[in-house]
Amino acid sequence: MREIIIIGSGPAGLTAGIYAARAGLAPLIIASSVEAGGELMNTTEVENFPGFPEGVQGPDLMGKLQEQAEKFGAEVILDDVASVSLTGETKTVTTGFSGTLEARSIIFATGSAYRKLGLEDEDRLSGHGVSWCATCDGFFFRSKTIAVVGGGDSAMEEATFLTRFANKVYVIHRKDSLRASKVMQERAFSNERIEFVWNSAVVGINGEELIEALVLEDTVTGERSELPIEGLFIAIGNDPRVHLVHGQLDLTVDGTVAVQRPSSKTNIAGVFAAGDVIDPTYRQAVTAAASGTIAALDAEHYLAALDQAAAADAHAGDLVSTK
Amino acid sequence: MSKARAVTEASFKDDVLDSEKTILVDFWAEWCGPCKAVGPILDEIADEHGDKIEIVKLNVDEHSQVAIDYGITSIPALKIFQNGKVVQTIIGAKPKAELESDLAAFIG
Repeated sequence: MREIIIIGSGPAGLTAGIYAARAGLAPLIIASSVEAGGELMNTTEVENFPGFPEGVQGPDLMGKLQEQAEKFGAEVILDDVASVSLTGETKTVTTGFSGTLEARSIIFATGSAYRKLGLEDEDRLSGHGVSWCATCDGFFFRSKTIAVVGGGDSAMEEATFLTRFANKVYVIHRKDSLRASKVMQERAFSNERIEFVWNSAVVGINGEELIEALVLEDTVTGERSELPIEGLFIAIGNDPRVHLVHGQLDLTVDGTVAVQRPSSKTNIAGVFAAGDVIDPTYRQAVTAAASGTIAALDAEHYLAALDQAAAADAHAGDLVSTK
Repeated sequence: MSKARAVTEASFKDDVLDSEKTILVDFWAEWCGPCKAVGPILDEIADEHGDKIEIVKLNVDEHSQVAIDYGITSIPALKIFQNGKVVQTIIGAKPKAELESDLAAFIG
């Protein structure tokens, strides 16, 4: 049985791994088979992670974090978790290929998944002009007219990145102002290839074999219009990935795992949560990393308390038996 | 990255279209993180089902005309060819179990 199993390998999971490993707890990090490293694996330049004045590539940063965790004794496996059983002192995690694993504590750091528009044709045209990964797919839109939907940092980063390829990038946003950071906004505003389409919601995606146009609805007047495009990148936010713990861990109204702040304790003893899966607000690499630190320290204290209680029991037993 | 044999624009006809086998072409690029993640999974499938399906890879950066010809706009894209025709397309990186179930008709 493991002392700690960490589910997730983004900044939260790997930082929890560094701290737990340095505490001598030899954590097992279940990283996922195809999404190891988390969301930053699909970004290019990360400019706001402290300590990197020149910026760092997302995949490079995640590689370094993993290396650092492994250096101190964390084990990382590229496997997927199928189910978890969290009650009781022994927690079990059932994986795709490594069987059922046991641990005395769990750190749940599964992050979040891209939010979909929820349109009928979105899945059908996915891979036929509809994309969720600008770094993967930007190349295919050289000299084309495309759109990014969303108003946050991810949308601005994608739009700016995509102007390396596309001639024209529309940014479609439901409101008349952005929630993206100032620096990302200004970069997008000053880019000649980017045109903002304000107060507009995407209500339809047209196209047979490939995407051809968006149907937009003015969020103020309700008026509908068609915008011809050749590609659509969706960056409207993320939803916490909690399907594994539905019915086991308490959730908040935002759908994130509820923790007893400022700690990372969930409603089940020995189960801690960290990163985007508990954070509907900040969702930064560095806040996720900090949150992973808190979870590892909480888990360490929990395990130490269990050990102490067990030692006290054994001691009490000794006193009784020597009488 | 997958150990699969690389095919090129020049070899595509011989290696894929004219092949008598069922061929899975993994359209990938160096800059695509999910492509790198799915590579080792394809290697495992090739090891286990190599008698039923041949897996090859095509670098879309170096051979972009092939990607354009097949309307690729998202990678990883896996296209299965039989008798020179695309019979199935799988978009995006998926865990092994999901890929195996998508490919059930060929590797059954």
